[in-house]
Amino acid sequence: MLHLTAADWLMMLLYVVFVVGIGFALKPAMKTSKDFLQAGRALPAWICGVAFIGASLGAQEAIGMGAAGAKYGLESAQFYGIGAIPAMIFVGIFMMPLYYGSKARSVPEFLRLRFDEKTRALNACTVAAMTVFSSGISMYAMARLMQALHVFDGLFRALDWAPGGIFTFSIVLSAAVVLAYVFPGGLTGAMYNQVLQFFLLIAGFLPMVLLGLRNIGGWSGLKASVGLVDPRLLHEWKGVAHAGANPMGATMGIDAIGLGLGLGLALGASYWCTDFRVIQTAMAAKNVESARRVPLIAAIAKMFLPFLVILPGLLAIGLPTPHTTIVERTENGAIIRTTTVVRPEAEAGIGLVPAKLNPVTGKPMLTAGGEPLLDYDMATPNLLVHFLPTGLLGLGLTALLASLMSGMAANATAFNTVFTYDLYQSHIHKGGSDRHYLAVGRWATVGGILLSIGTAYAAIDFNNIMDTLQLVFSFVNAPLFATFLLGMFWKRATGHGAFSGLIAGTAAAMLHHGLTLPIEARPGIHGGWIAVLHSYPSDIAQSLWTAIFAFSANFIVTVAVSYCTKAKPEAELVGLVHSLTPKPVRAHGAWWKRPEALAVAILLVAVALNILFA
Amino acid sequence: MNFDLRIPMGLMFTLAGAILTAFGLATNGNEVLYAKSLGINANLWWGLVLLVFGLTMLSLGRRGQRRLESLPPEPVEKGRRGH
Repeated sequence: MLHLTAADWLMMLLYVVFVVGIGFALKPAMKTSKDFLQAGRALPAWICGVAFIGASLGAQEAIGMGAAGAKYGLESAQFYGIGAIPAMIFVGIFMMPLYYGSKARSVPEFLRLRFDEKTRALNACTVAAMTVFSSGISMYAMARLMQALHVFDGLFRALDWAPGGIFTFSIVLSAAVVLAYVFPGGLTGAMYNQVLQFFLLIAGFLPMVLLGLRNIGGWSGLKASVGLVDPRLLHEWKGVAHAGANPMGATMGIDAIGLGLGLGLALGASYWCTDFRVIQTAMAAKNVESARRVPLIAAIAKMFLPFLVILPGLLAIGLPTPHTTIVERTENGAIIRTTTVVRPEAEAGIGLVPAKLNPVTGKPMLTAGGEPLLDYDMATPNLLVHFLPTGLLGLGLTALLASLMSGMAANATAFNTVFTYDLYQSHIHKGGSDRHYLAVGRWATVGGILLSIGTAYAAIDFNNIMDTLQLVFSFVNAPLFATFLLGMFWKRATGHGAFSGLIAGTAAAMLHHGLTLPIEARPGIHGGWIAVLHSYPSDIAQSLWTAIFAFSANFIVTVAVSYCTKAKPEAELVGLVHSLTPKPVRAHGAWWKRPEALAVAILLVAVALNILFA
Repeated sequence: MNFDLRIPMGLMFTLAGAILTAFGLATNGNEVLYAKSLGINANLWWGLVLLVFGLTMLSLGRRGQRRLESLPPEPVEKGRRGH
């Protein structure tokens, strides 16, 4: 049972006071809709760069990467290596001059400038829906975690509230704090706090990782302990090329082509290069030179994040599994018996990763192979509770909550911008005053957060709704990168081409998912709902190939339809297509300050890190 | 930019560090409390780290703020083509 003392609560209180304080300190500066929704396009590159990473944080990163570390081992680092870093370099060097230089206020608006209104409307609707739902999913996951860790149990007992309200309390608390700084401070408030939350994540998680490494005997101790559990967890690259020869694959079971194309191109690039939640932070930079540096600064932060988020998973799986022990000793003739009781789910688990219990029988659930089914999501939280003493534990839990709020705020600011500019201003009420749009932006924030809370509650009753929604979004997102790639680098691409390509890509993703199934899954939500034509070794391999099919279908259809339709005149495409845009003027600073030099340095370090852990 | 972000951030980490250090000093030698952290007074040590980090950030922020106030506002995104 978790015991929190006044020192822990003081840490949480300190955090809440500062984030809300920053929001209110910024309120007087929010005079126009541009100040509120675009941070006035006046922020320095380093703030935008850290906020770029902060926008992508959430339950997914803080808990999910630890879970992936425990389940798949170091291969999870590939999500970082291939998925993120090259994509971030690409968006910084090649795409940012067009995003920023076009003066578009949002990613959907860029699509209107480059293509047409219908492509923008399609994208704006999906972005709006996606931000609402993913924020709801994140809230639900965090509220469940707060329940599982019994964080608020003591508080509820002290206040004599019914413990059934803990779920609601967790959701309302996180939503209220985010609203309290985004409503007055807008995008600037969200981004300032994303920087603060990022540093808080380091401050809260680093002592846990250091203590964990010390306990397990350093890096070599970690290797030895994890090797006893499953030696395949230790290698980032080995086995990747031979997934075919080894039917279960190297734990994840992806072959090299699937890995390279899927992670690098379709999945990672779609997110890092086109998702408005992260791109909005770069668009808020003070000039095009800073905007180009934003994703590169973010890539540096991203390279070292695995040590904070993946390593805890490996540590949790490698540490000794706790067991109920009875120690007997005699003292002055009397026998003293000390019993340390460990709950059954922990005892049946591996290391600090507990087993999942059957809610009816209370017995650990087993997989088809007779192994206990592990609750990997508890890896990082359990490590936090295991090592941090009260005081520091408050800081660690605050870091966990802060990383969730960081992502929630990114969803909220993306929603209010897209709603105000791309839906309200262009389809509902044209030609209003800027004051009017500022008010709409503010209240859209409230509306978006309320809708997210609704989604989080819907998840309680319909457990599948979350999986279904995430699946639908993966269908919508997978082909997106092809549209931007063709739009920015091929002047012949037309609006009709882009629109039909997007629809074809989504259809291809659905079709592929409906026809394939991961091994050991039943047809349904995991795929194969049309017919099972092919089996994949794991669900990750399946989603990578879904992304590849979606990307290719979009690419081919966009090109084909573009050749049949009339292209925009070149004069209208200046600043929107790479080849028709004047080269950015070289910065006055030293050569090593240029984005290109930074990009090469990042690539070299990334390769070095991969070789080191291969 | 209205204020240098490093000032509130530095302030928060300084306060957090100070609280943890004080708590660590008050509980120094409490073996039950620090059994979790392998007998290390993690509050004290990490509190000192955060204190140093917070104060560094604060002093950098102060310097940045002074520069911000002494300079005219930076020109925002003018088409700087040619000379």
